[in-house]
Amino acid sequence: MSDIQVDLGQVAPARTSSGARKIVIDPVTRVEGHGKVTIRLNEAGEVEQARFHIVEFRGFERFIQGRMYWEVPVIVQRLCGICPVSHHLCAAKAMDVVAGVDRITPTAEKMRRLMHYGQVLQSNALNFFHLASPDLLLGFEAPVAQRNIIGVIEAFPEVGKWAIFIRKFGQQVIAATGGRRIHPRLCIPGGVNQNLSVEARDALRGDIDQIIAWCCDALELHKGFVHAHEALHETFASFPSSYMSLVAADGSMDLYDGGLRAIDANGKPIFDAVRPADYRDYLIEEVRPWSYMKFPHIRSLGRDDGWYRVGPLAQINCCAFISTPIAEAARKDFMARGHGGLVHATLAYHWARLINMIHCAEIIKQLLFDDDLQGTDLVVTGERRPEGVAIIEAPRGTLLHHYQVDDHDQVTMANLIVSTTNNNEAMNRSVTKVAMDDLSGHDITEGLLNHIEVAIRAYDPCLSCATHALGDMPLVVTLEDAEGAVIATRVKE
Amino acid sequence: MSPSHIEPVTLAPSRRPDAARSPERPRVLILGYGNPGRQDDGLGPAASAQIEALGWPNVTAYDNYQLNIEDALEVADHDVVWFVDAARSGPSPFAIRALEPAASLEFTSHLVRPEAILAMAHQYYGAAPQAFLLGIRGYEFEFLEGLTPAAADNLQLAVEMLKDRLGASQPWVAS
Repeated sequence: MSDIQVDLGQVAPARTSSGARKIVIDPVTRVEGHGKVTIRLNEAGEVEQARFHIVEFRGFERFIQGRMYWEVPVIVQRLCGICPVSHHLCAAKAMDVVAGVDRITPTAEKMRRLMHYGQVLQSNALNFFHLASPDLLLGFEAPVAQRNIIGVIEAFPEVGKWAIFIRKFGQQVIAATGGRRIHPRLCIPGGVNQNLSVEARDALRGDIDQIIAWCCDALELHKGFVHAHEALHETFASFPSSYMSLVAADGSMDLYDGGLRAIDANGKPIFDAVRPADYRDYLIEEVRPWSYMKFPHIRSLGRDDGWYRVGPLAQINCCAFISTPIAEAARKDFMARGHGGLVHATLAYHWARLINMIHCAEIIKQLLFDDDLQGTDLVVTGERRPEGVAIIEAPRGTLLHHYQVDDHDQVTMANLIVSTTNNNEAMNRSVTKVAMDDLSGHDITEGLLNHIEVAIRAYDPCLSCATHALGDMPLVVTLEDAEGAVIATRVKE
Repeated sequence: MSPSHIEPVTLAPSRRPDAARSPERPRVLILGYGNPGRQDDGLGPAASAQIEALGWPNVTAYDNYQLNIEDALEVADHDVVWFVDAARSGPSPFAIRALEPAASLEFTSHLVRPEAILAMAHQYYGAAPQAFLLGIRGYEFEFLEGLTPAAADNLQLAVEMLKDRLGASQPWVAS
């Protein structure tokens, strides 16, 4: 049975003032917790633009205000059910600054890195195996009833094992560093509150080579799909764009710390080595009336040209090299697809994500053989400052936390730019590209809805502030005429 | 503080001793999910915590912000599974629905359905636990900690129902 649902029971035919046919379907009255795509046609009936509306951190920044600054790294984990660790670490880095600490101890930094790379590994594994692999391994046009993780496991039995155990390994890294798998509490301003036990280290050491091997196997499996669908891979929902990510001082990929780099579609630098504290000199956050989300863009390029993409594809396009050998070899192979330039294919997010997973696993292995993780010098203190900004590369891309703290140690201002916000304009453009390529007439076909979902899955947007009560998260696609009148709506619950 | 135990990655669920599998003592999993930082979205974790506090030996209870694919490992290791979530609509104080394995494909990894967890447990481990979805009715989902009074009342009724049902498999529990 198809999982596409059209709620005909609530169809209300009507006419617009211009006489255009209007079909209104209002299957959901919830104001958040779902994705909504609106496709707008021009006077000629052609696709003019498409917008992907999602609800983000409405109210959360106010929720933080008044909190004691040292509480914030724990509180912010409630932002996201997928990436609580990313928010934990980013807030901790910002509060290091507030605590007057510019450099934490080697043990503290390596503990945080171990947790972070474990988090990115397991989150990217969830995206690839659960969300993307049905499209990529079974094909976009495979029957809906089969195009899911169970269908993948039936066709590729090993994939189920990789999915579950790479995820589980990442969770074990988080538990080993943070004291528990859920709601870890590793970080405090200025450092960490524990080192890595020898017992935990040895358990993780026993599995890491297998994890690396499975990540490599997954990459090879994915490359098989790409080679069989070269044209589709290059063109689907794709366009040239600028990119932004953290990179280390030597230009290598660094997901935990570094300077902010942005490059244009030709790979030329727009800015480089930007300190987090200076982000407002380079980025501006625009609010548009039709969306809860902000539209950040590069200040020097302006609203129309300053948008960019973040995430695994940006991380690989922006870095000069990757410090770990297997991932670096995979990066070179990947970048060869750009023939000396960048790789712009939207579906290449998945390939980049797999390289990223290999890199994470290699870094985890390096750290597990670093004795600093058993060090006991965990916290540094400093002179309190009124403000802190930090950036981290979360699984979906660049994440920024900015706080101001008063003399009573209470947060007075919080500003968060999350990965999905950074990708806001890019997601709109990908959905627009799909609509232009696939929309025929005024029908939102199952094929069109499917392709819209495939495009969105490449970015894996973070939705709805981690509230997931029963019934949430349908995807609603609406087709509008040039006057904004609704022509058709289709819902996937 | 160091973690007390880290399980190595193994290729099968970590089955507990067969003694715990007797028909009189089915192994029960209570999996509450939701965000306690979003008012009534924390109903699932709150229910999980109350059941965990009972300390019943054949009952495992844990919580998370959302379901994840590795939950299939725990699900496969139990005879009865209760997924406990907050419900934005539907009957008060709660609704119960029997679940069957069913795979689906979402547009975001921020949603993994309980049916998909069951499908993975079945497909990969051949496990077919009895499974139920308990939706406890909530009312407010803003960025605040703590349940609304009405949701807290619903929680207590839901937990009493769970205790009654689980108690039936706890012959040593005084009624």
